[in-house]
Amino acid sequence: MATTPETPVAEVTNAKSESSTFAGPNEPTPVMPYAANFAIAPLLEPRLEEGARDRTMILNMGPQHPSTHGVLRLVLEIDGETVLRVVPDIGFLHTGIEKTCEAKFYQQVVPMTDRIDYLCPMTNNLCYCLAVEKLLQLELPPRAQYLRVLLNELTRLQSHLVWLGTHAMDIGALTVFLYCFREREELLKIFEHVSGQRMMGSYFRVGGVSMEPPVDFYERVQNLLNIMPSKIDEYQNLLTGNPIWISRTKGVGHLSAEDAIALGVTGPPLRASGVDWDLRRDMPYSGYENFQFKVPISNDCDVWARYVIRMDEMRESVKICQQALDGMPGGPLKADAPKVVLPDREVMKTQMESLIYHFKIVTEGFAVPAGEVYQAIESPRGEMAYYVVSDGTAKPYRVHMRNPSFATLQAVDKMCAGRLLADVVAVIGSIDIVLGEIDR
Amino acid sequence: MQDAYDKAAVLAKYGANPAIQAIQAAQPDALLDAKFDRGELTLKIAREHIRAAATLVQKAGYNFLEDVTCVDYYPLEPRFQVIYHILSHRLKARVRLAVPVESIDPEVDSITPVWPSADFYEREVFDLFGIRFGGHPNLRRIMMPDEWEGHPLRKDYPVEGYR
Repeated sequence: MATTPETPVAEVTNAKSESSTFAGPNEPTPVMPYAANFAIAPLLEPRLEEGARDRTMILNMGPQHPSTHGVLRLVLEIDGETVLRVVPDIGFLHTGIEKTCEAKFYQQVVPMTDRIDYLCPMTNNLCYCLAVEKLLQLELPPRAQYLRVLLNELTRLQSHLVWLGTHAMDIGALTVFLYCFREREELLKIFEHVSGQRMMGSYFRVGGVSMEPPVDFYERVQNLLNIMPSKIDEYQNLLTGNPIWISRTKGVGHLSAEDAIALGVTGPPLRASGVDWDLRRDMPYSGYENFQFKVPISNDCDVWARYVIRMDEMRESVKICQQALDGMPGGPLKADAPKVVLPDREVMKTQMESLIYHFKIVTEGFAVPAGEVYQAIESPRGEMAYYVVSDGTAKPYRVHMRNPSFATLQAVDKMCAGRLLADVVAVIGSIDIVLGEIDR
Repeated sequence: MQDAYDKAAVLAKYGANPAIQAIQAAQPDALLDAKFDRGELTLKIAREHIRAAATLVQKAGYNFLEDVTCVDYYPLEPRFQVIYHILSHRLKARVRLAVPVESIDPEVDSITPVWPSADFYEREVFDLFGIRFGGHPNLRRIMMPDEWEGHPLRKDYPVEGYR
């Protein structure tokens, strides 16, 4: 705070801050109540009832705890080994991506969406591109849609492999991690092959994908799909019958369907609570209506059910990938919208018209008609959605990401309360949390 | 296209929509405006009626709160629009509620009594836009440090450089 420490808090907030140099043109910024108006109390304090203040203890878990999957800080109130309350403290990775998006052209936002959720960058790309395409009312050729679905399901496989490895490692099964990362490496090599980057590919563009996939791309995917079912069996053989795994997961982290809906839980945890909802099937996007797949659900509502569902989802993803490979149509990979989609290099260098469009898109971006859209897709972690507001210029007026982990994190308290301390680790693993997408 | 933004036209065309019906039947003065654009229904709700509208929409079958966010239309007034996206698992459709909020004393009723999941979302809007939510159980910053001054997603807050 720029003011002197003696100044009472109330006065500070009612006076216009000296340090703000960002007031609007010729108009004083209206005085706003800042957070300083609110007392900054500790996140969690021991209970006072029955006068036994020291019966419970406040324990800090994270943000650098390895089982918190990033920088999640949990403040726990424990009574012996029993967890009474869990309060998540987030924001350590907040980089203000939503704010940065407002200063970029529409096509420049794509690489930032990669960085939100580092386990499913292509899913983020897809969601953002679909949202902008909806604003532009752009129709995509079927081949681009199929390729996007294929890469998306490969991303889901990749994300679930990391989840399985780390989740099992949290609970003590170290071997699974190495097995999972073996196949994940293959997947990352495929991503590198197609986009040039292992993780932050930015392969999807508004109006299509950035370039043709390499010649042996489909063959490599096919090779992976051939071995994948047996590899999934291999992971399941390591875990499903394992008595330690069973006792650590069955009946742990119970979340009823009502609670899951009330707390905004989506994706595998929602389906593990018996709610039959998958956006790919129920509100199809990007041509998912052309694919046949099952949506696994379970009524067990526990960590075990989430494990089973994700394993089944991996098998279904393999099937979707296979369908996408088999049914891959011919034709262009980019929408026919020369003012939005960058022309091919060859065309750009031989045709004057294309050169002009290329120059215009790169230097001034493309204008998007005013309006607002909300595009939701099924990411590996649940419902991911982009809310994009356009004011008719080449830069988005507002980009907001609805990320599944952010909402799911609210359910941790419900799942952990009354259970043992060690179960907290199992529960965090089971909701497959990625802090990058929570903090953005 | 113009019809998409005209309240009377939208109400005439989509009057059978359960969300519109529920609000029109129980609290018609809550509905300020309606638009149907790009396949998405937006209902503009008066600030003082948002909790009632959320309850009505929930009863009408829109059972899942997906998202709460805000858009800053600085320097227009009302400056903010708090946006709620609500999904119906049964109807396979969603409705967007938009609540206009003035820049002086920006406060909206919290909808955490209707959907507990609004908790984090409202904290985020409070943190990044400075809109207070009346009746929120734990309204404090969520992304920025507790002692941070200013609300970064406001349009009069610079994207880069020093504050």
